[in-house]
Amino acid sequence: MKASKKEFIAEAEDLLFECQQCVLEIQDTYLTAVSPDTINALFRSMHTLKGLSGLFGNQGITDISHALESLLDDIRLGKVPVTEDAVDFLFKSSDTLSSAINGLKEDAPVDLSAHIEEIKNFRASMQAGEKGLDIQGLIDDSILRVLSEYEEHRLKANIKTRNGIYLFNAIFDLSTFDTSLEELTKKIKEEGELISTLPTSTGVPDGSIGFNLMFASSQNAEAFKQHFSGNLEVLVPAKHTDQQIAPKQDHTVRSATTTVRVDIDKLDRILNTIGELTLAKDAVKRIGAEIEESHPHSPLIRDIHKISVSFERRLSELQDEVLAIRMVPIGQIFSRLAQVIRRYSRETGKEIDLTLYGEDTEVDKSIAEEIIDPLMHLVRNSIDHGIESAEERLGKGKREQGAIVLKAAQKGNHVVIEVIDDGRGIDIAIVRKKAIEKGLIDPDAKTEDREVLDLVFAPGFSTKDVVSELSGRGVGMDVVKEKLSMLGGFTEIRTRKNEGTTITLTLPITLAIINALLVRAGKHRFAIPLSAISEIIVIELKDIQTIEWKNVYYLRGEMLPIIDVGKIFLLETDKNDQTFAVIVGFGRRKLGIVVDEIIAQHEIVIKSLGNYLKGLSGFAGAAEIGRHEVILVLDVESIIEQSLTRQEGASYV
Amino acid sequence: MVMEDKGVTGSILIVEDSATTRALLRAVIEEMGDFTTTEAASGFEALKLLPTQEFNLIVTDINMPDINGLELISFVKNNPRYSHIPLIIVSTERSEEDRKRGIALGAMAYITKPFRAQELQEVVKKALHHEGL
Repeated sequence: MKASKKEFIAEAEDLLFECQQCVLEIQDTYLTAVSPDTINALFRSMHTLKGLSGLFGNQGITDISHALESLLDDIRLGKVPVTEDAVDFLFKSSDTLSSAINGLKEDAPVDLSAHIEEIKNFRASMQAGEKGLDIQGLIDDSILRVLSEYEEHRLKANIKTRNGIYLFNAIFDLSTFDTSLEELTKKIKEEGELISTLPTSTGVPDGSIGFNLMFASSQNAEAFKQHFSGNLEVLVPAKHTDQQIAPKQDHTVRSATTTVRVDIDKLDRILNTIGELTLAKDAVKRIGAEIEESHPHSPLIRDIHKISVSFERRLSELQDEVLAIRMVPIGQIFSRLAQVIRRYSRETGKEIDLTLYGEDTEVDKSIAEEIIDPLMHLVRNSIDHGIESAEERLGKGKREQGAIVLKAAQKGNHVVIEVIDDGRGIDIAIVRKKAIEKGLIDPDAKTEDREVLDLVFAPGFSTKDVVSELSGRGVGMDVVKEKLSMLGGFTEIRTRKNEGTTITLTLPITLAIINALLVRAGKHRFAIPLSAISEIIVIELKDIQTIEWKNVYYLRGEMLPIIDVGKIFLLETDKNDQTFAVIVGFGRRKLGIVVDEIIAQHEIVIKSLGNYLKGLSGFAGAAEIGRHEVILVLDVESIIEQSLTRQEGASYV
Repeated sequence: MVMEDKGVTGSILIVEDSATTRALLRAVIEEMGDFTTTEAASGFEALKLLPTQEFNLIVTDINMPDINGLELISFVKNNPRYSHIPLIIVSTERSEEDRKRGIALGAMAYITKPFRAQELQEVVKKALHHEGL
């Protein structure tokens, strides 16, 4: 009995997963064209789930999947349109189903009656338009009675669009009627839609067969009488001429296309153009400044200033709009992760209680796509290495079920995503041992725990000698780190033995145009992304102390690692006693970057350094800052990384 | 088999566009006893077959490409030559409304796909006895 329940749940979860995939697919395509196959597949999965739960004798799930099956049948038949509401409703319903299945698993049945009622109501409300149409009086009952439900739906739809409904009676020789009828129906289909083909023997001589063909068309009866010789009856006259139909159709087309789907590449191109325009805007501004210098009283100055201000404002509006278009709620990613978690949970036999927070948090579509794999990896790691087996958990006095929390929140220009588990945590002693073995840390140095912990992100580092099937061979935390760094983000890890691990991913909300701080070190200028900067301080060089080969500065009582851009890139810098330190990073991962001068804030579009310079670390890319000057953009994350793990001055290039 | 004791015989027309279902229906029906089954892959084929021989029973699907099962039922029931032939609808479970319409048009019974052999045999047996009365 227990085994059959387990099997039922496993199979139900598979079906649910298929349903969710279909709903995702529908969500992705409903604005353009949902494939009927997808809707059919969803319908079939629901149908199977209903049959399965019926077999298992679970009334609640049978009823709810039955109600959903009916709704999907309506969608399939075109009776219920695939609107945003419908897609949302399908999502909600699959969640309900999922909680029902989970409830069954925990022997805590969920009361579904309210949901079933809701599905029925939703279905009724979506069909309302058609139900209101009474065709009883319009068309003879003998015809209506033989229509299948689908045909009736087509009939009503045609009457609603004010098409004429016609009945044509034709008599053919019984032996050849199929070919003759085919010719006739072909003609009808050219002018309209064939709704019903009713064979009849009433008033038909022996050896012959009659057909009552009901069809709909926007043409009026006169147009048909020319085409068909025979008995044409007008059941419902067409309610418009061709001229009248035009604005009506125009209206419906407009309302159907208030939303469009756009290829992300197109938006990228728009952003690129905006980037180029930003450069042009800066050029105008600069020309204004030059004119002001050479001809301080020129009347042109005011005009140029006005134009460049307006240019700047509109450009930033345009940029904001385009960036807003690219935003997607992180819930889309979470729901995909949720499916993965359910699957892995089943594969490993570890029960996982998943909680999601901040699904509405928005992030750029391209970042959303890039972040899925790292998140997937972290989640797998949690289930695989973090969460203990049920026995082990019970032994530790923990709840039998492992908990995973996915949390998203916006913090300024960043989105912070946390993957939290309540597993065994990372054993720092083992990491330390391993790191010493690999020569990543000096066994004699007093490396702090958090520095040791950061090493789990180092390439090829794994504390597990046996690579688990789940996490996959060769994909480690270093890949997660690399991806985040590529996106201009940060990773942070916190862990407590036997309490769990929290991995925090901090990502910029958008990738496109960024604000940067231009700084100078010696003769060279660099850009530092503003989003990475927490503050800028003036420091006396003598206050920089050297502790264990590392330069540090005490900022408000806290030790801040310091690096000198001039030194790491081997540049000749100014020899001042006092200088600036740009503080980058967040939380515990902070770093002061010493520069000679703070120049200005500037909008930049980061361009890749290309294949030749791909191996260069320390730079995120290059940017053009007007007058065809190209400067390098510092990769703050990799600099923090290197400064925390290696001695200053180590090979950067 | 129990069926054979009752001497169930007859000529049965099976109207169904799916070849697999047709074969299944035929096998299940022929298992019952001494039956002649004739298969029609569409409504049109059924219309052509009807005048060719005396059928004791028609088993029809509803959703077919040319004319639907309801139209076939209506044709049969409105033609004095065929109106005595009992009809059984074999259709998918979701077309509940269509099944009701079929019954309203004069079909004797309906069976839901997928069906159990025994279920179909019971209904066929009843339909034939009904005809015999």
